[in-house]
Amino acid sequence: MELHSRTPSGPIEQAWDKARFEMKLVNPANKRKHNIIVVGSGLAGASAAASLGELGYGVQCFCFQDSPRRAHSIAAQGGINAAKNYPNDGDSVYRLFYDTVKGGDFRSREANVYRLAQISVSIIDQCVAQGVPFAREYGGTLANRSFGGAQVSRTFYARGQTGQQLLLGAYQALERQIDAGRVAMFPRTEMLDLIVIDGRARGIVARNLVTGQITTYLGDAVVLATGGYGNVYYLSTNAKGSNATAIWRAYKRGALFANPCFTQIHPTCIPVSGDYQSKLTLMSESLRNDGRIWVPKTKGDKRPPNQIPAEDRDYYLERRYPSFGNLVPRDVASRNAKNVCDEGRGVGPGGLGVYLDFADAIRRLGEKVIRERYGNLFDMYERITDENPYKVPMRIYPAIHYTMGGLWVDYQLMSTIPGLFVGGEANFSDHGANRLGASALMQGLSDGYFILPYTIGNYLADNKLNSVEESSSEIRGAVAGVENNIQKLLSINGKRTVDSFHRELGKVVWEYCGMARTAAGLKHAIERIRELREEFWQDVNVPGSDADLNQSLERAGRVADFFELAELMCIDGLHRNESCGGHFREEHQTPEGEALRDDEHFSYVAAWEYRGPGNPPELQKEPLAFEYVHPSQRSYK
Amino acid sequence: MRLILRIWRQKNRNTKGKFARYEVNDVNPDMSMLECLDVLNEDLARRGKEPVAFEHDCREGICGSCGFMINGVAHGPLSGTTVCQLTMRHFKDGEELILEPWRARAFPLVKDLAVDRNAFDRIIAAGGYISISTGSAPDGNAIPVSKERADAAMDAAQCIGCGACVAACPNASASLFTGAKITHLGLLPQGQPERDLRAVRMVTQMNLEQFGQCTNIGECVAVCPKLIPIEVIGRMNHDYIAGSMREPEAGEA
Amino acid sequence: MSSIAIGLRENKAVRLWDSTNGKKAVMAVSGFILFLFVLGHMLGNLQVFEGPAQFNRYAQLLRTLPEGLWAVRIILLIMVVLHIVAAVQLALRKRTARPIGYAKRKPIGSTYASRTMYWSGPIIFAFIVYHLLDLTSGNLNPNFIEGDVYHNVIASFSNPFVSAWYIFAMVLLAFHLRHGLWSMFNSLGLTHPRYTPALRRAATFFAVVIFLGFISVPIGVLTGIVK
Repeated sequence: MELHSRTPSGPIEQAWDKARFEMKLVNPANKRKHNIIVVGSGLAGASAAASLGELGYGVQCFCFQDSPRRAHSIAAQGGINAAKNYPNDGDSVYRLFYDTVKGGDFRSREANVYRLAQISVSIIDQCVAQGVPFAREYGGTLANRSFGGAQVSRTFYARGQTGQQLLLGAYQALERQIDAGRVAMFPRTEMLDLIVIDGRARGIVARNLVTGQITTYLGDAVVLATGGYGNVYYLSTNAKGSNATAIWRAYKRGALFANPCFTQIHPTCIPVSGDYQSKLTLMSESLRNDGRIWVPKTKGDKRPPNQIPAEDRDYYLERRYPSFGNLVPRDVASRNAKNVCDEGRGVGPGGLGVYLDFADAIRRLGEKVIRERYGNLFDMYERITDENPYKVPMRIYPAIHYTMGGLWVDYQLMSTIPGLFVGGEANFSDHGANRLGASALMQGLSDGYFILPYTIGNYLADNKLNSVEESSSEIRGAVAGVENNIQKLLSINGKRTVDSFHRELGKVVWEYCGMARTAAGLKHAIERIRELREEFWQDVNVPGSDADLNQSLERAGRVADFFELAELMCIDGLHRNESCGGHFREEHQTPEGEALRDDEHFSYVAAWEYRGPGNPPELQKEPLAFEYVHPSQRSYK
Repeated sequence: MRLILRIWRQKNRNTKGKFARYEVNDVNPDMSMLECLDVLNEDLARRGKEPVAFEHDCREGICGSCGFMINGVAHGPLSGTTVCQLTMRHFKDGEELILEPWRARAFPLVKDLAVDRNAFDRIIAAGGYISISTGSAPDGNAIPVSKERADAAMDAAQCIGCGACVAACPNASASLFTGAKITHLGLLPQGQPERDLRAVRMVTQMNLEQFGQCTNIGECVAVCPKLIPIEVIGRMNHDYIAGSMREPEAGEA
Repeated sequence: MSSIAIGLRENKAVRLWDSTNGKKAVMAVSGFILFLFVLGHMLGNLQVFEGPAQFNRYAQLLRTLPEGLWAVRIILLIMVVLHIVAAVQLALRKRTARPIGYAKRKPIGSTYASRTMYWSGPIIFAFIVYHLLDLTSGNLNPNFIEGDVYHNVIASFSNPFVSAWYIFAMVLLAFHLRHGLWSMFNSLGLTHPRYTPALRRAATFFAVVIFLGFISVPIGVLTGIVK
């Protein structure tokens, strides 16, 4: 299979205009005759469904949660970037584009990123008009802050709940279309397979999670906006329900999966406190603006932090990166935390934690200022750990936070299956090997509000779609496959619970395909994952029936897919013999221990093609050309 | 620590439910309430019994999925906290906890501790938005909003739609939820053109959903994980009454 | 947003009355008018301490304009009816809104006064009926003398049971007002976070004043200050 990115030729500044001009348009009167299926109701899904509804298409929108408002976009804290240059500090579309390509460690498609930076401006306008209560200056204009080490202030925010407010904006736009009768919403409905007929995506098979009913929904195009796959690791900052089933089933139906090993670790999460732990809680990155990160200089120093004098402390980020200090990018901060813990200098139970200390900031600025800046975060920390961060340093540790990899899409956000579009975190498109802070919200909304509504129209206008027979063998086959899978899971009646498998899988992937990877480790992980998957299908116990709400069954299906995806992540990580962004191969580092890219051999998107059960996936490469931002070694010294 | 949980078990809407008693012996004080239920469920699953169904997703207090009554208080004893962030150190060793689902006609039970809160979605669909289609927005700074107003709107906009307000209200009223959205949008200049109709439509839908009346007693505010103030209800009433007077009736307009 | 889809195009008054919020607004307005009456009534009562002549003169004064008296009575009656009908309808709705109750429910955010409105209301109503039969029509007052209000008051309150019942009703009235006087503002949408604490304090203040004002009469009679 050859990959065509369909990137418009010519100057990058005009690429999106050119692409839009070349698009075919659907006659307004015909729009309502098209049914578009949108799976997922987060930022990308809800905004796409609402915008398509506004255009007059018939839309069916699906989510597994009880309401579209629960999608995990809601948990994003920090903010959303836009090249508005309101603070007059020299920002521009080009600078946001440049920063994003560089931040992604030169593994993203330039034209996509440029478009993202262009659209960022319209997103803010749209959200403000919807009533998103962004932070304001006293003069009534929008406030900005600098975020994630950016040199300009381009991040818009609504307290620490930006994702919530943006999602509610999109959700409300979606509900408006539901009220207008243009979008039909299917909550508590999980997509379990993709229907592909004559090589085109024509619908989905979905299960009603309350009644267990399996139903097919047919349409002229399918949008997957189902989020990332961080929950492969079991412990992550993702919501418990976040899963990869939709994109994984699409992969098995022929959509290529790009860069699965590109996962992002967030450096400031509350450390694990015990085996029962079900998820990791993120503390906003903004804490690093004032907190100082340190560990004891000597291994096994068990003194309480207040009794460790300054000369026995190692402020390792300040020491190693004098110019960026505690504000180095996420991947660098995370890896260094892992290193000091691996040396046995970690703090807290299990030795997996480092201190984030505000004592100096409180001394310098006073407790009141710190309370104003971070009060709600400190409260949350205290609620969870029972420690007062005004008195004792916080303990933090990195955790899986975002997955840059996802289904491969072209410039039109269409996967390798015609008619299957992928938006938001579920696709691979814009962040390369590492995502910058406050860029995920931007990408989700850009895809949903401003790209998919055009490109889907183009697809519909450009292709003659035959009507689909409900009784076609493809549909019957897909339904039977889904039903068999459910029956199989329910009938194993083994001894181990779904969660115990998931937890064990997570440990393997975290250990060998987490913050630092080696060829030997990845090979070992692949074997271990296969063994575990084998055991899962022999010994899992899924209680209950398929005829009512059965949360164990839901999880079992998702974990089964995580097993297969985890293997692909390791295969991808093993093949990529370089370090870039979130993918750090220990064999490939500079003498100072920084990531060492290999642009000569790996300047491409690795897209994996499913070749049937038991067969290894086939690698397809989309070469990356950098005409505008020339690859350089990232340096934060 | 050890806890005794009396949990409402009900297979679905059409069967009768009852309380079942469970002992959880290996409770860690750092666990959240939901992790405690995870431990119980793992144990039940290992023994081939059906785990307790409960809603949850983000487990960081923002998605609004989780929530049930603990000893008669929605989201349990800790103020401003959802059950997913309620750690077990707030309970005593050996304590007995009664876990019950939200109870309201408008929130039909799904299973065990899970209820259907789609009535909230329908209230939003009735008018909890600003009618602005994608692409037609003016520049973000074209509409100045004073900081004070934006902050007040944000206070109301924080609602996570968990339903605790309904659960705690003796009348099962959804006024705090509805008032929060009416206040959020009604405080902003962008929300003014539809302010009357929004209030009338949302309140009408709220009443159609069979939520009860508000008697301003403040139980909702006390359990709200986002501490949304009771005055949002006043604002809802104001906009509803004013809107009802101004909105055209048959024969007018 | 369209006003057609949701069936809004009916009579405004009907639409308001049909909604729980409209009924609460009616309860707020009627409650406020009744409160004004109660306040005036209390101030009038205090004249009992100025002796029989002044007090009876005041009572006579109220009756010099029968049309005015009856207009006030009719308004008050309408307010009472509206207040009660709305309350009863809302109370019934409360049951349909939660058909299955909780095994355990613990109030944590409300005052005792606010939780007992459905108790204090009917008892106060029962008291008002008794009170009218006792001191207005005299049917329940064995020593009733038409026109000699001062005498009738003393005759009635000399009975400790009557005084106790009166004081008890005033306790409930105070509770009722303590919540109601604040609640009416929220029901009408006249609250703002900045003024809520002051409003609540004012409600408590007036409830206490009304309570003290009213109970001073039976206590005055029982202690012999008024005779």
